[in-house]
Amino acid sequence: MNNKNKVFKHGLAVALASALFGSTAFAGELVINTDTSDPAPKEAFETLVKGFEAENPDVKVTLNLFDHEGYKTSIRNFLTADAPDLASWYAGNRMLPYVNAGLFEPVDDVWDANGLNKSLKSAAASMTIDGKKWGIPYTYYQWGIYYRKDLFAQNGIEVPTTWAEFKAAGATLTAAGITPITIGTKYLWTAAGVFDYLNLRTNGYDFHMALTKGEISWTDERVLNTMNHWKELIDAGFFIKNHAAYSWQEALAPMVQGEAAMYVMGNFAVAPLREAGLGDDQLGFFPFPEITPGIPRAEDAPTDTLHIPANAKNKEDAKKFLAYLARADVQTEMNKTLGQLPINADSTAGDDVFLQQGFELLSNAEGLAQFFDRDAPAEMAKAGMEGFQEFMVKPERLDTILKRLEKARLRIYK
Amino acid sequence: MRAYWKANQLKLAPWLFLLPGILMFLMYVIIPIFQSLNVSFYAWDGLGEKEFVGMSNYVELMDDEAFYTSLKNNLIWLVLYMLAIPAGLFVALFLNQTVRGIRIYKSLFFFPFVISQVVVGLVFAWFYDPNYGLLNILINALGFDSIAVLADERFVTYGIIVAGLWPQTAYCMILYLTGLNAVDPEQIEAARLDNAKGWRMLWYVILPQLKPATFIAIVVTVIGALRSFDLISIMTDGGPWGSSRVLAFYMYEQAFSEYGFRMGYGAAIAVVLFAIMMVYITGFLYKMYRDERGR
Amino acid sequence: MFPTPIEKASPSARRLYKIALPIALVLWLLPLIAVALTSIRSAGDITAGNYWGWPTSFNLLENYTAVFTNSPIGQYILNSFKVTIPTVIGAVALSCMTGFALGVYRFKANMLVFFMFVAGNFVPFQILMVPVRDLTLSMGIYNTTMGLALFHIAFQTGFCTLFMRNFIRALPHELIEAARVEGVSEIQIFWHVVMPLMKPAIAALSVLIFTFIWNDYFWATVLTQGADTQPVTAGLYSLNGQWVASWHLVSAGSIVAALPPVLMFFAMQKHFIAGLTLGAVK
Repeated sequence: MNNKNKVFKHGLAVALASALFGSTAFAGELVINTDTSDPAPKEAFETLVKGFEAENPDVKVTLNLFDHEGYKTSIRNFLTADAPDLASWYAGNRMLPYVNAGLFEPVDDVWDANGLNKSLKSAAASMTIDGKKWGIPYTYYQWGIYYRKDLFAQNGIEVPTTWAEFKAAGATLTAAGITPITIGTKYLWTAAGVFDYLNLRTNGYDFHMALTKGEISWTDERVLNTMNHWKELIDAGFFIKNHAAYSWQEALAPMVQGEAAMYVMGNFAVAPLREAGLGDDQLGFFPFPEITPGIPRAEDAPTDTLHIPANAKNKEDAKKFLAYLARADVQTEMNKTLGQLPINADSTAGDDVFLQQGFELLSNAEGLAQFFDRDAPAEMAKAGMEGFQEFMVKPERLDTILKRLEKARLRIYK
Repeated sequence: MRAYWKANQLKLAPWLFLLPGILMFLMYVIIPIFQSLNVSFYAWDGLGEKEFVGMSNYVELMDDEAFYTSLKNNLIWLVLYMLAIPAGLFVALFLNQTVRGIRIYKSLFFFPFVISQVVVGLVFAWFYDPNYGLLNILINALGFDSIAVLADERFVTYGIIVAGLWPQTAYCMILYLTGLNAVDPEQIEAARLDNAKGWRMLWYVILPQLKPATFIAIVVTVIGALRSFDLISIMTDGGPWGSSRVLAFYMYEQAFSEYGFRMGYGAAIAVVLFAIMMVYITGFLYKMYRDERGR
Repeated sequence: MFPTPIEKASPSARRLYKIALPIALVLWLLPLIAVALTSIRSAGDITAGNYWGWPTSFNLLENYTAVFTNSPIGQYILNSFKVTIPTVIGAVALSCMTGFALGVYRFKANMLVFFMFVAGNFVPFQILMVPVRDLTLSMGIYNTTMGLALFHIAFQTGFCTLFMRNFIRALPHELIEAARVEGVSEIQIFWHVVMPLMKPAIAALSVLIFTFIWNDYFWATVLTQGADTQPVTAGLYSLNGQWVASWHLVSAGSIVAALPPVLMFFAMQKHFIAGLTLGAVK
C-alpha cells in the first residue's frame, strides 16, 4: 500500500511539476522498482543506492521493493501505467516483449561512454536485441552439479568429467542404495535446468540457442539425441522418486539426509544446503560433464539487469545510475552481499569457494545461456517445461511430447 | 420541482434506491461480461495493441489438448462434487438429535466451511505428502508402497476433489439440518403409524419435504464445482504436466500467470466456461420465475 | 423428528450414539487437529519426522511469535481487514437499498433487474477477470486494498440483493401502506419503517459476507500483489513458498489466518446459520 501510494503520489507530483516547470527542473528524483525483496538482494540494493547518493548528492533515490513472484506481473502494469525511472528485469529473450512493445529505452550511449562494451563483454550478447543494448547487467551466477563430497569419497567415486564416468558414478551410487540425483519438478523449471545442460553438452551452444529461438524443429534428430541421453539417466534410476510432488527446496532434504548425492542446480542452492547443516567438507561443485567430445563448453548463467522504461520521467539521472551500477568496484561490492558473481571483467568475485569456482567456470565458458525460461519465449518455456516434467515421469511418451512441443513452436514463433 | 416529486415519488423512488447498486453492478459485472466476449476475438498480450483475429482463438481451442483435459476434469468435478449432497444429508441425519451439547457438535462439524480454501488446500497437500503425509503412513502400514497422489496424473484430480468435498459436505449438512427442522412432525407420525421406517421413510416422507434444501444444495454445489480454482492453484498449480487443470484454472494460467498473458485466448476459455454456467443460471432463473408467478 | 429421537431408542443404542459422536467429530476434524498439533511442535520434531507422534515439547508461544516476527503476516491480516470491513459495509448498504426497491415497489422492470442481480451473482469469475483488472488499473487503484474492496462490493451486491429482497418481501406490507397513508415520504419509510425490521437480515448477511470475503483468494491474486496490499489468503500462499518444510510455521500461520472468520462464526453463529438458510432455503 505504502510503496504503491508513494509511487503514485510521486508520479503525480512529477507530472504536475513537469507540466509547470518543464521536466529538467525536477531532475533530482529517481524512482527504482526492483523485485529484490529477499533479505540479501534487498540489502545489496540499499547499499547500492546509498553509494550512488553519496556520489550524487543532488539526486534523491526512491527504491520500491516488490515481491519476487508478484513483480513478474506488476512490471507489465507499471511500465505502461506508471513507469519508474529504472526497473529490474532479466537478460535474454525474457525482455523481448517489452523491447518489442517499445517499453524499454535503448542505452547504447551508456555502454559507449563508459567502455562497457569491453568490461561487460561477457553479457553483451544477451543484452542486445536488434543491434541495440537495452539495459545494464549487474549480477549472474553459475549452474552446475552440487554434490556430496563425503558420499562420493565413501563409495570411491572421482568427480566425473565424461558422460561414461557420470553414468558409472550413478551406477555405483545406486548400488550403494543412494539415489544419484535429487530434483523437485513440481514448479517445472528445475527440469529445464537438466534439459539445458543435456542439450548444451549434446549439441552445443549455437544449437541450443537456435532451438530456444524457435529456429529448429522439436522433432529434429538432434533434439531426440538429447532426450535419449536423458532417458538413459531415467532408465538407470538417476532421479528420486515422486519428484513431481516436490518444490526445489523440498528436494534439498534427500541430499541433506544423504539419500541422494547430486543436485543439478544454481548457486543459490548453496545457502539453504549450508543452513541445513552441510559443511564445506561435505558439499562440493563440479561442472556438468562432457557428453559429445570436443563440443565447446557452455554454461547456464542467468543474468539480472536494470532497465530504463521508455516512459521514465528522469532518464538523465537514470543513465547516471546505470553507469554507476556498471562500475567494477560497485559490482564487486554489490555481489559480495548478493553472494553472486559480478559481470564486470575488472571486478573481483567474493572469496567463497563456490563463487571462486563459478567465476572460474564462467570466465572460461565458450557461451553463456540464460536458462530455458529466459532464452525461450514465455509460452514456449511453459509448454517445454511441462513436457520435460512429463517426460521424466513417463519417458515412453517421448514422441507424443516432442510432437506437442513442435506444434506449440509452429504456433508461438509466427 | 417539489410538486413533480410529490406526484411521481412512487415511480422514482425505486430507481433512486437502485441506482448506486445497479451502477456498481453494471460497471464491475455486467459490462465486463461483454468486454470479455469482445476480447476473445482479439490477440492481445496486455501490452501492445489488440489485434482482431476473429474466431481463431476458438478454432485454436478446438485443437488444444490442454483445453480438453480441463473440460474433462470440469466434468469429473461436477459429477463427484455432487457426492457432497448425500454426504451432507447423511451427516445432518446423524446429528439431528437432541442430546446434551449437540449444538456444539453441529457447529464443529460445520467448521471446514468457515476456513479458507487456501488453508484446506495446504492441509490436504500435506496429508497427501509421499514421505510423511498421514495418508501414506496409513498406506505403508497396510504394507503398500507410497502413492504421490498429487504428482500422479491418475489420482491428482480425485485427490483435489476429496479436499473440496470436505467443506462442501459441511455446507450441505447445514442446509439439511435447517431443512430437517422444518419437517412436519405430524406427517412423520402419520407415516410411522403406516409402518414406514428407515429408508422408506426417508425416501417417501422426508426427502420430498427437504426439496427446497436439496435444490439449494445442488445450486451451490454446481457453482462450487465450476468455480474450483483455489484448491488447484494451492495444491498442484495445475500439475503434474497440466493434468489437474480445470477451465477456470487454465484461463487464469493463459491470461495472467508468469508464462501467460494471452488475454484473448484466456477470454475465449472464460466464454466457454460462462456458456456452461449459463445453462445452470438459466435453469435457476426459470425455476425462480415459476415460483414468483406461483404466488 | 427424523430419524427417531435417540431418547426413544434402546439404552445400548443411546450409549453407542454418545460414543459415536465424539469419534465421528475427531475423524471429521482430523486434518485440522493435525494442523493445530503441528503448530505447537518444535522445529526439531519436524526435522526428525515426528509429525504424528506426541510432540517432544510444546512450542505454542515460540511458533506463534515466530510467525508474527519473521513474516509480514500481521500486515497481511491488516490488509484482510482493510478489504473485508469496507466490503461488508458497502455491500450491505447497497443491497439494503436495492432489496428495498425490489421488495417493496411494483414496477415493470422489477423482475428484470432482480434477475440481473441473481444471474450476475452466479457467473464464473474468469469472465470478469481481464476487464475488471483493466478497469481497476485505469482507475489507478490497482494493487490497493480499496481497488479489491470496490470489486467485492459490486460483486457481492448480487447475492446480497437476492437475500435482502426476499427478506423484505416476507415483511408485512401493511406497515408500509399505513405509513404511506399518513403521508410519510418513501425515504422515511425506508429508514424508519423498514430498516429497523431488517436488523436480523443485516446481521446475518454481514457475518456471511465477512466469511466469504475473508476467504477470497482468486481476486486477491488478480488485483493485488506483494505484502503491502495482499490479504492473508494470498499471503499465506507466498509464505508457504518461503517456509518450505517448516511445517510448524505453515500450520501456525494457517491457524492465524483462519481465526478471524472462525471467531466470527462462533460469536454470531445464530445469525450465520440464519443467513445461509434464509438466503437459501426460503
